[in-house]
Amino acid sequence: MARTSRKANRRHPLATVVLIAIGLAFTGGGYALFSSTATADTSTATSQATVEEGSKLFAANCATCHGMNLEGTTAGPSLLGVGAASVDFQVGTGRMPLAMQGPQAMQKPPQFTEEQTAALSAYVASLSPGPSIPTDSQLTENGNATNGGELFRINCAMCHNVAGAGGALTEGKFAPELTGVESKYIYEAMLTGPQNMPVFNDHNITPEDKRDIITYLKYIQNNPSPGGFELGNLGPVAEGLFIWIFGIGAVVALTVWLTAKSN
Amino acid sequence: MTIEKTKADGLVDGTTDHPVGAPPRISNAPSARFTSAAANYIDERTSISAVVKEFGRKIFPDHWSFMLGEVALYSFVVIILTGTFLTFFFQASMAPVVYDGSFVPLKGVEMSSAMSSTLNISFEIRGGLLVRQIHHWAALLFIASIGLHMLRIYFTGAFRKPRELNWVIGFVLFILALAEGFTGYSLPDDLLSGNGLRIIDGMVKGVPFAGSWLSFLIFGGEFPGEEIVGRLYTLHILLLPAIIVALIALHLVFVVVHKHTQYAGPGKTNDNVIGYPVLPVYAAKAGGFFFIVFGIIALIASFFTINPIWNYGPYDPSPVSAGTQPDWYIGFADGALRLIPPHLESVIWGHTYSWNILIPITVLGLFILTVLIYPFIEGWVTGDKREHHILDRPRNAPTRTAIGAAGVTFYAALWSAASSDILATHFQLSIESVIHAIQAAVIIGPVIAYFVAKRVCLALQKKDREMALHGFESGRIVRLPGGEYIEVHQDVDEYERWKLVSFHEYKPLMIRPNAKGKITAPQRLRAGMSKWFFEDRIAPVTRTDLERQKSHH
Repeated sequence: MARTSRKANRRHPLATVVLIAIGLAFTGGGYALFSSTATADTSTATSQATVEEGSKLFAANCATCHGMNLEGTTAGPSLLGVGAASVDFQVGTGRMPLAMQGPQAMQKPPQFTEEQTAALSAYVASLSPGPSIPTDSQLTENGNATNGGELFRINCAMCHNVAGAGGALTEGKFAPELTGVESKYIYEAMLTGPQNMPVFNDHNITPEDKRDIITYLKYIQNNPSPGGFELGNLGPVAEGLFIWIFGIGAVVALTVWLTAKSN
Repeated sequence: MTIEKTKADGLVDGTTDHPVGAPPRISNAPSARFTSAAANYIDERTSISAVVKEFGRKIFPDHWSFMLGEVALYSFVVIILTGTFLTFFFQASMAPVVYDGSFVPLKGVEMSSAMSSTLNISFEIRGGLLVRQIHHWAALLFIASIGLHMLRIYFTGAFRKPRELNWVIGFVLFILALAEGFTGYSLPDDLLSGNGLRIIDGMVKGVPFAGSWLSFLIFGGEFPGEEIVGRLYTLHILLLPAIIVALIALHLVFVVVHKHTQYAGPGKTNDNVIGYPVLPVYAAKAGGFFFIVFGIIALIASFFTINPIWNYGPYDPSPVSAGTQPDWYIGFADGALRLIPPHLESVIWGHTYSWNILIPITVLGLFILTVLIYPFIEGWVTGDKREHHILDRPRNAPTRTAIGAAGVTFYAALWSAASSDILATHFQLSIESVIHAIQAAVIIGPVIAYFVAKRVCLALQKKDREMALHGFESGRIVRLPGGEYIEVHQDVDEYERWKLVSFHEYKPLMIRPNAKGKITAPQRLRAGMSKWFFEDRIAPVTRTDLERQKSHH
């Protein structure tokens, strides 16, 4: 009995549990430690690789005009401080690289893949800080459309037109149409002021207001006009052209028909 | 076809082919008995049969271009009908309210009652948006058809004696229609129309000395004030329509008094009108045509948005949207303001003279005045005091047609300038180049149009002369016994030839000294103008020409 009890006493009944607990704690902790370092390492490594890839892409495609160190040349502005958002907008919408010098960079099918664009953004952002690409939470389209509409009319409509149909600027420049533009790019455009657009920074138009503006634009884009076809939202010019071509056209055709001599 | 005979002075001769005064045959059918009894009842108390007899036998000639004025009339009727509906719901007040309707992006926005009630018409009133769109599209068609109608009158010389006054009435109607359009466009108090009013305010303020006072008078204080919508409403639904209805009535009375003009043709003379009588043919045709016009407008209004005020938002003096333009008919005035070079201002003794406003207003005023009095100018130049009921083919009045072409070009250039920004964006041009090109077009365009139109007219007249004398090329090639090939010309038939040869040839007036033996300056001017009008001309083919040609063959 005594032996049994000694035997039993040699190891506390809970010793196994404790042992397992300690073992688990070590393994788990060690794993956690290891894995976290591992993640950190990979991310730095990835980011480093991305920046390097971006650097190569930049040297091959952008440096001719913007300079090897983003310092700019006579052909293109300095990119120091433009931030990832600016690169993402310009490259992501196909405006950069330029197909040719002109009054304004024209939108075209993007030349780079999303990864390459991200690499370029990362590279430019790595050299000097600037506005970063908006996160998904900043881009929700469930803001206040009323506030967005009011802000849009006051800040944006003079160039982009009340319905976002676009408008003319001086010397062949223009404010583009906003229908069908991704929320991310609208946000980045406000943040960075591409081409001739002024910068609307977060003090000027807060992130919530930016979200409201995007909400408004998406509302008028996704809800078709209650009155029928919109004729390009170009206002009275399109309406006048329409009545002269189709209204008067139909009426004149009918007068000719009504006065035609029967055979 | 019926012929209505008139004496040369335009009075009715009274002879008609089918007398309608014969006693009615009483049918035994109950409905016919009722109709005749009812007609008799009315006639015994109003003597209306005389009117029906006279008016029902009025003859109207048939040509598609004669129906353009009708289009204007019918669109006006549509405007009145829909406008009445809109007045039931529209609140012509600028009192601020908070919008609480169903259009989400404007919910909670402060706006005037005018804007809010227009939104309610669009979104809350059953059928309101359709009626609003019919009203606006009909207004655009109304003025467009007036424009086309005026062009027809001008280019066919239908404004000549005795119709000069009716031209003036018609043109005043056109100007009133512009005023109706502009006042209506401004009523909803939305951003777009507010910007239009701001331009008017600027133009008023540009008047030397009195500008600021006039602006304060019109707007009841500093622009935009709280009065203007109510005032425009009174003009839009009371004063202007009343004058327009009265003038339309007068316009039509004159059409009845003068009788309708007609194109030259066999049997058509200055003393008759050939066509169909009002009853039953024209009444049925015109009645049907009303519904056709209404139908077209309703169709357009059902499918195409017009004036989406919900996009524009309430008026606020600070924002101005890109692509802000007036409705098409005010475009020529907006274009003139866009084309005038900037910075044309001078300060003389403490008063600012805005030439960039005064010059366009003056030029447009002179243009409008010239069009208004053109019949009198041409009447004075030709010295022709006879009545004209046969229309000119445009080619047979080359100088008039050329002047018209120049005027149309001038107007079109100004008009296109109102869309300079849209032209720039949609054709990827720079807006400065567009403006400079149109500035050049406003000045050079009419000159080019004048000469091209005149030469084209003269060339067509030459072709007509050739056709009347030698017939047309038949396309049949014949080899003569000697081996020579000729193309056989075929004579035009008598009906065709009539159209080709029947026009009047004017010659430049000779300067003659007056009773005192002097040649006055107005005489010289008149002779100069007459020379300008008629120096280049192609003589119509005469009977002698034709006979000589016949004997020659």
